[in-house]
Amino acid sequence: MDVILSVWRQVGPDAEGEFVRYEANDIPDHASFLEMLDIVNENLNTNNEEPIAFDHDCREGICGMCGMMINGQAHGPQLGTATCQLHMRKFKDGDTIRIEPWRAEGFPVVRDLTVDRSAFDRIIEAGGYITVSTGSAPDANLIPVPKLAAEAAMDAAACIGCGACVAACPNSAAQLFTSAKVSHLNLLPQGQAERFSRVADMVDEMEKWFGACSNHGECETACPKSISIDFIALMNRDYIRSKFQQGRLAGQR
Amino acid sequence: MTTLDSKVPAGSIEDKWNNHKFSIRLVNPANKRKYSIIVIGSGLAGASAAATLGELGYNVKVITYHDSPRRAHSIAAQGGINAAKNYHNDGDSVYRLFYDTVKGGDYRSREANVYRLAEVSNHIIDQATAQGVPFAREYGGLLDNRSFGGAQVSRTFYARGQTGQQLLLGAYQALAKEIAKGSVEMINRSELLEVVTHEGQAAGVVVRDLITGEVTAHSAHAVVLATGGYSNVFFLSTNAMACNTTAIWRAHRKGAHFANPCYTQIHPTCIPQSDESQSKLTLMSESLRNDGRIWVPKTVGDNRPAGDILESERDYYLERIYPAFGNLVPRDVASRNAKTQVDSGHGVGPLNNGVYLDFKHAIARLGEDTIRERYGNLFEMYERITDDNPYETPMRIYPAPHYTMGGAWVDYNLMTSIPGLYAIGEANFSDHGANRLGASALMQGLADGYFVLPYTIGDYLADFLNVDPVPTDHDVFRQAITQVQDRTAKFLATKGTRSADWFHRELGKIMLAECGMERSREGLEKAIREIPHLREEFETDVKVLGTNESFNQSLERVGRVADFFELAELMCRDALDREESCGGHFRVEHQTEEGEARRNDEDFTHVSAWAWNGPNQPQTKHKEQLVFENVKLATRSYK
Repeated sequence: MDVILSVWRQVGPDAEGEFVRYEANDIPDHASFLEMLDIVNENLNTNNEEPIAFDHDCREGICGMCGMMINGQAHGPQLGTATCQLHMRKFKDGDTIRIEPWRAEGFPVVRDLTVDRSAFDRIIEAGGYITVSTGSAPDANLIPVPKLAAEAAMDAAACIGCGACVAACPNSAAQLFTSAKVSHLNLLPQGQAERFSRVADMVDEMEKWFGACSNHGECETACPKSISIDFIALMNRDYIRSKFQQGRLAGQR
Repeated sequence: MTTLDSKVPAGSIEDKWNNHKFSIRLVNPANKRKYSIIVIGSGLAGASAAATLGELGYNVKVITYHDSPRRAHSIAAQGGINAAKNYHNDGDSVYRLFYDTVKGGDYRSREANVYRLAEVSNHIIDQATAQGVPFAREYGGLLDNRSFGGAQVSRTFYARGQTGQQLLLGAYQALAKEIAKGSVEMINRSELLEVVTHEGQAAGVVVRDLITGEVTAHSAHAVVLATGGYSNVFFLSTNAMACNTTAIWRAHRKGAHFANPCYTQIHPTCIPQSDESQSKLTLMSESLRNDGRIWVPKTVGDNRPAGDILESERDYYLERIYPAFGNLVPRDVASRNAKTQVDSGHGVGPLNNGVYLDFKHAIARLGEDTIRERYGNLFEMYERITDDNPYETPMRIYPAPHYTMGGAWVDYNLMTSIPGLYAIGEANFSDHGANRLGASALMQGLADGYFVLPYTIGDYLADFLNVDPVPTDHDVFRQAITQVQDRTAKFLATKGTRSADWFHRELGKIMLAECGMERSREGLEKAIREIPHLREEFETDVKVLGTNESFNQSLERVGRVADFFELAELMCRDALDREESCGGHFRVEHQTEEGEARRNDEDFTHVSAWAWNGPNQPQTKHKEQLVFENVKLATRSYK
């Protein structure tokens, strides 16, 4: 198939960017979206134009490295699918496809379609873990976890940290990402000791980088793992409770 | 040829690790902050090691080319992690896990390392559970298990089809905790391009900032390589696009022996290639073989839809040939049998390049809901890629390069042949022999990182109390920086006509044809002739646009491809030298009448560790004799 691309090109963080038109011809139907870009880049290289920079790695939808706005939708038109798992058969011959990087102040552009998502690491470092030094853990079966709790925690833990939620949000809010990690740990018995300090610290860090949530729900639609915004409600509940819990001794809820 | 000292401690297999831990030197807690350690790579092995070393009090610096430690390719492991918990009361034990792993590795691994691996496997499950890894549970809230290839017990712990992701996030979160505490400094988007030694010992590394192009030196008392495997030498593999050999190859060029490079694993259950433009192959977890049945049409060239082929017209070849293990034979056996079926014209799909993995019977027996609960995300992934619905038609699968058992040679302490330089996880060679069993890679990465290296590294560091690391303005660092800059400048100045990816793809074709699932003397000799020609062409005709001083992904790739070229040649030489078939290394000249691998224990019960002799010089082989005091060498049989 033949498609026409309109791709955001920007050489560096401080440079001006612009949309550039490329023709992508003879693309096999079963090529993935990124393989289509590989073909375009190979042709650019042949024509002495620098290839389009884009982040990608596992190409199995799990590493969270890839991500771009495709016709205004984070990760493109297929629900629950990361860019690397999107295939050209979802487009029609002759389509024009507009490709942009994630747009959010918290994710500055590095080059072309590549952005800097290190703010997500700062949020995790603020409290997205359970403090357990290597070697200090008891036998795993001493901590029974109700199956439902384990399943719910896993639903949240499926987050791949791609940033689509932020890119899709009109406020560039990171509530879905943050709440997924908060909920993964706060839903488990192992996560209870740090439950309230975790949510307070992570939310405070999040607010340094990202906008406020106004319940649009775009994030849930854009999420390649279809993570539910219910987790945002859980996070908000725990955040409010943290304001009452802080100052008390740990464990006396 | 010299013989290498593996430093395996004396004593019975059960006591070796305990005795060793007691006999090696410790660094007192107050002194640990005086030592600096560089960890390269932030996957399961790197992140777990760095977090643990940080907890112990060392000054740790972690360098990764990813934008975040959470991206490392460990994240893509699907099926699970083994441990000898025996929670299922089915006769499992540390000794059985050890035995299965040695046998699965076709008796080419080091017994003492494997026993230690089995021994610490249980602690990994404890550790990960305490970190909040959401392993699958039974209704009583206790941990669930499933079975995997090469074992007759259920010892695999899993988190849906995303076990690697969850374990990596656990290690990443432990690392984040240490970064927040200040004990670990994290350097993202920076790639190791040179290992630096001083007076024969590891002194540090030189890295390039992938965003600015700045080349900097980093020194430390010890350097740990946790940089994964080299399956991407085949271009098409299940590895992530950026996985490469550069770190261990640069170390090899500085004196680290490269062990068993020809031991590569071709994973049996991947989605077959669809066309030339394909950039990578996607794995479908081996756990699918628990419930899926593998078959091909009995008639050659039968291209009817799977549903039209009657039961009596199907050949469930694994169940037929290996009645005891059936669809759960080890990976090498499953892969080679799939190749045999496809090569003999029984392949299915539009290109006749796959075999069926069928869930019809499992769905009839257990119901679609149970199958969805077990494998839902894998089925969805399959459908996204192929546009086929595996609940209705069988999956098509074919083997693909997946894991490399070979790697940097390490002793029992996980130290390479360069003192102070360690290799952990897939980057080293030690635990899987000639074939790795399913659910063992996560186990080994985390065993090395959480429970082995943090003990053994102290023994080396103890000599350097109050000795500063070599300063980064020392000549050895200046020279290394110049070398890196010169190499980069040369790539940019070549101004040829073809991209690095083009050369990589061509190299991959040679490697897959001649050094893949089947190797022959003739094919390997041909590859050894062809690779240097292609490399020469690469060196004079590669085209890398742009500059060093920018985010330049073509420049990142060209250096990795250059190192793959050198590695590819060594892999073929090693495969040619090893006149036997064992595990993933199958030489057509060495097979039984039934087409099974025939080992040559008399001549090849050793590790081949190759020493660098300079560019364009064949490496010298050193031997580590493998001693089997516990497991009796036998012909593997899964029948």
